[in-house]
Amino acid sequence: MSAAEAVGRIESGMTVGIGGWGSRRKPMALVRALLRTDVTDLTVVSFGGPDVGLLTAAGKIRKLVTAFATLDSIPLEPHFRAARERGALELVELDEAMVMWGLTAAVHRLPFLPVRAGLGSDVMTVNPGLRTVRSPYEDGEELVAVPALRLDVALVHLNRADAAGNGQYLGPDPYFDDLFCEAAGHAYLSCERVVDTTEFAAAGGPGTLLVSRHSVAGVIEAPHGAHFTSCVPDYGRDEAFQSAYAKAAADPGAWREFAARFLSGDEDAYRAAVAEFGREGRWPLR
Amino acid sequence: MAAQVSRAEYCVVACAEAWRGDGEILAAPMGVVPRIGARLAGLTFEPGLLLTDGEAMLVGDDPEVVEGWLPYRRHLALVAGGKRHVMMGASQLDRHGNQNISCVGDWKRPRRQLLGVRGAPVNTLNNPTSYWVPRHSRRVFVERVDMVCGVGHDRAAAAGPSATRFHELRRVVTDLAVLDFATPDRTLRVHSLHPGVTAGQVREATGFPLTVADDVPRTREPSAAELRLIREVIDPEGLREREVPS
Repeated sequence: MSAAEAVGRIESGMTVGIGGWGSRRKPMALVRALLRTDVTDLTVVSFGGPDVGLLTAAGKIRKLVTAFATLDSIPLEPHFRAARERGALELVELDEAMVMWGLTAAVHRLPFLPVRAGLGSDVMTVNPGLRTVRSPYEDGEELVAVPALRLDVALVHLNRADAAGNGQYLGPDPYFDDLFCEAAGHAYLSCERVVDTTEFAAAGGPGTLLVSRHSVAGVIEAPHGAHFTSCVPDYGRDEAFQSAYAKAAADPGAWREFAARFLSGDEDAYRAAVAEFGREGRWPLR
Repeated sequence: MAAQVSRAEYCVVACAEAWRGDGEILAAPMGVVPRIGARLAGLTFEPGLLLTDGEAMLVGDDPEVVEGWLPYRRHLALVAGGKRHVMMGASQLDRHGNQNISCVGDWKRPRRQLLGVRGAPVNTLNNPTSYWVPRHSRRVFVERVDMVCGVGHDRAAAAGPSATRFHELRRVVTDLAVLDFATPDRTLRVHSLHPGVTAGQVREATGFPLTVADDVPRTREPSAAELRLIREVIDPEGLREREVPS
């Protein structure tokens, strides 16, 4: 299916999980497609990167569930930072492990999972709804009951997939994309290249087959679909472009220019504008 | 020898010392100087230490040689299992060891949004934790942190036995000194002063009263072999000097 069809299934007010990690293998083509819709009021669950930044800048997020938002080589996501400092973002700030266990609880259809993380920290203070649970065994330990992070929709990007929705990652880290897919009512998987199922075995061992078709509702072929985040080994992060993004994000005027140049058309237009940026080697900053 | 050793090199050795005695666990350094320190410890007195490439691979003495795989999900399991000693940064740190990397000001609308809590809560409740502060100042060492990300002794105690069970704060290494929590009420005190630093300097740069014993030792000298490893093998480009200018 197309990216537009996939995000066409997202309705305002839904909870959307976004795969990848920071500025690594984010489903950016799907995020850009989401920017083109009039969907709003989303709850987003993400190990935050520029996905969070773009959706925040476009006013699509009502509530964000995360432990951080970073561009990796640039420690702070500038749109996230600005929205927080404006008081414009409802944040559910959880520890990284809590996000993983919240997704895992949803995958297993459990109401919560117990974790030690969070006790004593202000994660408990800024999330007054978080509860603890006591072990019924002799240890009697009291732990944090991380609620299930159930998702209406998940968006992930992998290196390869077949048309049926089996997805293969070829980089060093699967991140948590399988959890996002299995925690969601509907998951949409974009990939660098749709391949025949018979091609998986030659590209990598069985451990690379991260996402299985039973947890995927649609496959989107999106070459450079993680740009400007990394999608190793197909490509690394586009540091020059990311740096231009971050600089533009720091100033409303520059951001309007950036959005007009890169985000006002379809994915083909985005790729053409990025190619032109690559030839120029710089973004005309004031 | 001492005159030739830079402040950054004392910091590297002080960071390396944080992992002394840890054996076969993961050293998880955050920051340039801690990373150099962890490798130095691994190449000298703690050969059992596990180290990563900064992403998903475990690497041996030669950082080009992969010996294992540690993607985030397994990393989180390793944290919870306790076979890890992390050295994190701290935007704010108080006398009890509460650390903040999330935001400055009111959490609801911060004056300055920082990294977010990241893994600080899971780290501090599960495995030994140390801190690295490249610029020791009153901005970092505050009476009260604005948001508790890494859990200090007072907050862990108040949260009960599940919070204190594996809670262990080891060291705080700064550009001025090494600190620890070896006081009766487990608050910060100076463990050693780097050569050339006075007790007054450290007190002046700390936003709360700080215990400095009259006979406080000096941070130890690096050996000739350690200096060679730092300068020629681990950090030939001198990145340490940029994090801690002399």
